[in-house]
Amino acid sequence: MVNLLNGAIIAPLAATHASWTDIGTFAVAAAIVLAGAIGVVIARNPVHAALMLVMTLFGIAVLFVLQRADFLAAVQVIVYAGAIVVLFLFVIMFLGVDKTESVKVEPLRGQRPLAAGLTALGLAGVLILGLVSHWTTGKASVAGAANGPGSNVFKLGRSVFTTYLFPFEVTSALLVIAVVGAVVLARRPPTTGTDGPDAIGATGAIDATGETVDAAGDVTDPTTETIDEEVAP
Amino acid sequence: MTIAGAWYLGLAAVLFSIGALGLLIRRNVLVMFMCVELMLNAANLTFVTFARMMNDIGGQVLVFFVLVVAAAEVVIGLGIVVAIFRRRANATADDLHLMKG
Repeated sequence: MVNLLNGAIIAPLAATHASWTDIGTFAVAAAIVLAGAIGVVIARNPVHAALMLVMTLFGIAVLFVLQRADFLAAVQVIVYAGAIVVLFLFVIMFLGVDKTESVKVEPLRGQRPLAAGLTALGLAGVLILGLVSHWTTGKASVAGAANGPGSNVFKLGRSVFTTYLFPFEVTSALLVIAVVGAVVLARRPPTTGTDGPDAIGATGAIDATGETVDAAGDVTDPTTETIDEEVAP
Repeated sequence: MTIAGAWYLGLAAVLFSIGALGLLIRRNVLVMFMCVELMLNAANLTFVTFARMMNDIGGQVLVFFVLVVAAAEVVIGLGIVVAIFRRRANATADDLHLMKG
C-alpha cells in the first residue's frame, strides 16, 4: 500500500500515462480554481468576491468529475453555487454592503506581510513534507471500493446508507439545529411593546419601512425603529 | 490512466493557503466567510483525491458530510452577521471589539 501511494505521489506526471485530454482539463480547471480564489481574496467589492467564489466552485466541480466523483460534482454545483453563494449574495444585498472596503487602511501595522509570510511558510512546509515523507496510515478500502465497475452514485449511496447511516441521521439533527438557530438569530429583537399583536392593518408596511431604514445601515440603535413606527401612522 | 494525485494535492494545498491568506488579511466579514469556504473546498478536493488514490469510497462520503456542515455553518454565520449589522452599521471585523476590556 505504501508503495502504491508512494508511486502515485512521487511519480511525475509523465510517468502516469495520462491522456492529453485529462491533462488539458486539469490544467484549465486548476487555472480557473486558482484565478477564482485569488479573485476572492483581492476583490474589493463583496459581490465580485462572491462571483469569483462561484468560479472556483465550478472549477472544483470539474476536478471532481475528472476523478470520477460524479455525484459530488453535481452536489457541489447545486449546493454551493446554487444555495450557499446565493445566500451570500442575498445577505450582501440585504445589508446593502456594496461599500468597498478601504484596502489602503491597515489597522494593524505589519499584519499583511506577516500573514503572507506565515501562509507561504505553511504552504512550503506542506509541499516539502508531502514530497519527502510518506505518512500513510490505515488500510485502504475500509468503506468500500471507490474505483472499478459500477456507478459512483450507487457506491456512494450504499456506503452512506449502510456504513455511515448513523452519521447521516445525525446530519439531519444538525440541519434542524441550524435552521432553528438561523431563525432565532435573524429575529428582530423585542424592543418596546409597540409591535405587539395589537397593531393591525398597515403594520406590515410600517414594519417594512422600519426594516428598510434599518437595513440601509444608518440606524444604530433600536429606539429609532420605535420612533419610526410611531410616526408613520 | 488519470493524472497523478500529487497534482491535485498540490493544487488543494495552494487553494487552502490562498483561503487562509484571505482570512488573515481581509476585514470584511462576508469575504472572510468566503475564504473559509475556499479552505473547505480545498479539504474536499483532498478528500476526493485520496478516495481515488486509496480506492476508498469513504473519502467521498466524508465530502458529503462536509458539504452539509458547510451549509449549516454558512447559515448560522450569516445569521450572526445579519444580527451584528442590525446593531451597528458598516461593521468590519475590526469594529467588533465589544468584549475588549
